[in-house]
Amino acid sequence: MTNKKLQSSIPEGKIENKWDKHKFNLKLVNPSNRRKYDVMVVGSGLAGASAASSLAEMGYNVTCICYQDSSRRAHSIAAQGGINATKNYHNDGDSIYRLFYDTIKGGDYRSREANVYRLAQLSGDIIDQCVAQGVPFARDYGGTLANRSFGGAQLSRTFYARGQTGQQLLLGAYSALSRQVGLGKVKMLTRREFVDLVLVDGVARGVLCRNHLTGKIERHSAHAICLATGGYSPVFYLSTSAVGCNVTAAYRSYKRGAFFANPSFTQIHPTCIPLSGNDQSKLTLMSESLRNDARVWVPKQAGDKRDPVEIVEDERDYFLERKYPSFGNLVPRDVASRNAKMVCDEGRGVGENGLAVYMDFSDAINRLGRKAIEERYGNLFDMYQHITNENPYQTPMKISPAVHYTMGGLWVDYNLMSNIPGLFVLGEANFSDHGANRLGASALMQGLADGYFIAPYALGNYLATQEFSQVSTEDEAFTKANESADKFFERLMGIKGNKSAKYFHKKLGTLLWDKCGMSRNAEGLREALAKIPEIRKEFWSDLSLPGDIDEFNPELEHASRVADFLEFAEIMCHDALNREESCGGHFREEHQTEGAEAQRDDDNFSYVAAWQYQELGEKPILHKEELEFTEVVRTRRQYK
Amino acid sequence: MDIVLKIWRQKSATDKGAMQEYQLKDISSDMSFLEMLDVLNEKLIVEKHPDGPVAFDSDCREGICGTCGVMINGRAHGPLDKTTTCQLHMRSFKDKDTIYVEPFRAKSFSIIRDLTVDRSSFDKIIQRGGYVSVTTGGACDANSVLVSKEQADQAMDNAACIGCGACVASCKNASAMLFTAAKVSHLGLLPQGQPERFSRVDNMVKAMVDEGFGGCTNEGECEAVCPKGITLGSIARLNRDFLYGKIKPREL
Repeated sequence: MTNKKLQSSIPEGKIENKWDKHKFNLKLVNPSNRRKYDVMVVGSGLAGASAASSLAEMGYNVTCICYQDSSRRAHSIAAQGGINATKNYHNDGDSIYRLFYDTIKGGDYRSREANVYRLAQLSGDIIDQCVAQGVPFARDYGGTLANRSFGGAQLSRTFYARGQTGQQLLLGAYSALSRQVGLGKVKMLTRREFVDLVLVDGVARGVLCRNHLTGKIERHSAHAICLATGGYSPVFYLSTSAVGCNVTAAYRSYKRGAFFANPSFTQIHPTCIPLSGNDQSKLTLMSESLRNDARVWVPKQAGDKRDPVEIVEDERDYFLERKYPSFGNLVPRDVASRNAKMVCDEGRGVGENGLAVYMDFSDAINRLGRKAIEERYGNLFDMYQHITNENPYQTPMKISPAVHYTMGGLWVDYNLMSNIPGLFVLGEANFSDHGANRLGASALMQGLADGYFIAPYALGNYLATQEFSQVSTEDEAFTKANESADKFFERLMGIKGNKSAKYFHKKLGTLLWDKCGMSRNAEGLREALAKIPEIRKEFWSDLSLPGDIDEFNPELEHASRVADFLEFAEIMCHDALNREESCGGHFREEHQTEGAEAQRDDDNFSYVAAWQYQELGEKPILHKEELEFTEVVRTRRQYK
Repeated sequence: MDIVLKIWRQKSATDKGAMQEYQLKDISSDMSFLEMLDVLNEKLIVEKHPDGPVAFDSDCREGICGTCGVMINGRAHGPLDKTTTCQLHMRSFKDKDTIYVEPFRAKSFSIIRDLTVDRSSFDKIIQRGGYVSVTTGGACDANSVLVSKEQADQAMDNAACIGCGACVASCKNASAMLFTAAKVSHLGLLPQGQPERFSRVDNMVKAMVDEGFGGCTNEGECEAVCPKGITLGSIARLNRDFLYGKIKPREL
């Protein structure tokens, strides 16, 4: 039964009319009244910058904060591959319905039909907007936009700007944001980190943030708050995320009552550069587009340590081509990653720790010539050589799976509002559109759809319909939250133990990767649930922090994020343990078919798991939002 | 490998600051430069060294966000061409090397702590014109304006700037000309950027002066260290547009 607390507010009517009808029904704020409303946007990535600039253009009074030294540096910038849109510029049969269908299927039927349909509807507008801003997308010789096929899609719907699409889209949003800052419509505060959400009578009315430069806790009141704080991949310590990405804003809002949805849904990307050494701080992704021309293989014989070029064709196992003849090397990310893990578990992995597989371009080089490959992937090959000191034109690349994106996030309704009135959550920080697995080139699309085209309407409706009490930052709610924030930082500084924040972060990450990573089982998850509190206890008794509380202190910033990861990891494990099925990136070893494929259980788990905070150490309360499928028939994802 | 580090330590903007020496042993040559600094910091924290860990900025660690950047042996981002500090690996150094690490220095980049500097003046330049004035929803179909592949490619070459500040740190005048020219070129090369082409360059150059950056004397130090390969050609384009903006007939 759908829980009463979880009103998804999906409009009635046919799927193709829902959004238009809903937009008409949303209340508007008179343009001359808009400046009376304060909106706080936390985060300046694709979702945050696009929302902040769009809301400011409409006339709202916007404040935006980010932890980086400039709003241009958010991690959306690192996305390489591209952004999907249903323009059908290439006459290959694309349509809104097809992108909707692919995304629902790709997410293994664990996302909302209405949300995903809206995303597909808005995809074309995003491209128009970005081009108008001067985003230099790749062009064909006639001057029209170029597209490529990406991430296993059977058609060319991906727009791209070399291997730097995320950077260009972010700089587009950053330029729109900068324009509003220049016009005095947005107050942009950098080097500020979200510390707490302030609720007044159960409604989100403010934010506390810490100024990294001074250590001061700053109070901001607002009529509505947008969290656009990205994903939490670094809970695993090593991931492809920026080292500063964190769960703090989402997790602390969860502690204030916002529900956390599907926290165990994480995406493992198959084509990352393998780990080397003990001191590596992050993993680097190689664009998935490489799989278009590469063949993935491992030696047939376990423990074969020969140089790859000495291993002849007969002795190689092109395992993706063997198992999935129709999709071959282009199977979706979750399938490719899991199969790589399987061959490594059989002892056939390669590289210094046996955790990698080969991605070989020799066939493509022989077929198309080195020049063609250089044109397509030159920058990626250079990057690979830079990092590994190996020449991929001569010897196959070694790749291994790594955490790349988190589909889980704060629960939101169709209006992107959490269960706390006034708290909106955009982009990767919400759980909404990708279900249990995200398709390539969909993250940029979602972040920008949320920020440019959904939040402005949804916030307007909220502001127009809500009655607001007078709130001042001197009110008790702010003072109390401020006191508890002060205590938190003082407590961290006061531990005076012997180990760095990094030590604990690494310890937690290794445990999670092992027990709640690419494949999970009940025993391992229970073990993790027993160990996490131990690491947390050790953290709170043996952390060593240098410096002072009231100065620029990057170690303190890191420690405060690690403190949240150490609590948040538990709800990930609870969620993974609760979901007795395999779907998308969530693979429970107990639930697989005879051919070791994921075994979904639609009868019992076709729901969004939204968790409500209880006291620390207690199991959070599970609320279920049943997913209804009226458009698509749920089938087993077949890539054979 | 074993190395000796000489690192600029400065507690705050008002502190005097000095070079300090640290020794590191058994550093893997596959480690990145920033990971080497992580190892040093871990050591300084665990040993409770009175200097404390070295403060430096970094985020994506894959050469795209532009957060990192230090002077390594006197060169911005270190010895390799077109490589950010985070993408530099220790294999670029030799066993027993002494490596000098300093912050990006410029009047407009005040030091926050150690190797961390304040580059918000770059944001202020962009806020004064580094955009196309289009509001959300006001766009026409993306394919209704054609852009030749060559134009798009050249615009992209300039749009690749990551705003790291290496150009300023390497310039004897601490000029932000390459940074500003990259944005002026990116937008000026595209049809979408034409309506504001000349006002943009004028406003951005004024902003550059207001932020305290020096003038450009075409030394080319910036081009030599730019991790994204932005060239002096962009500066020439800025100069042309700036000049033409001053002399072009008004009725245009």
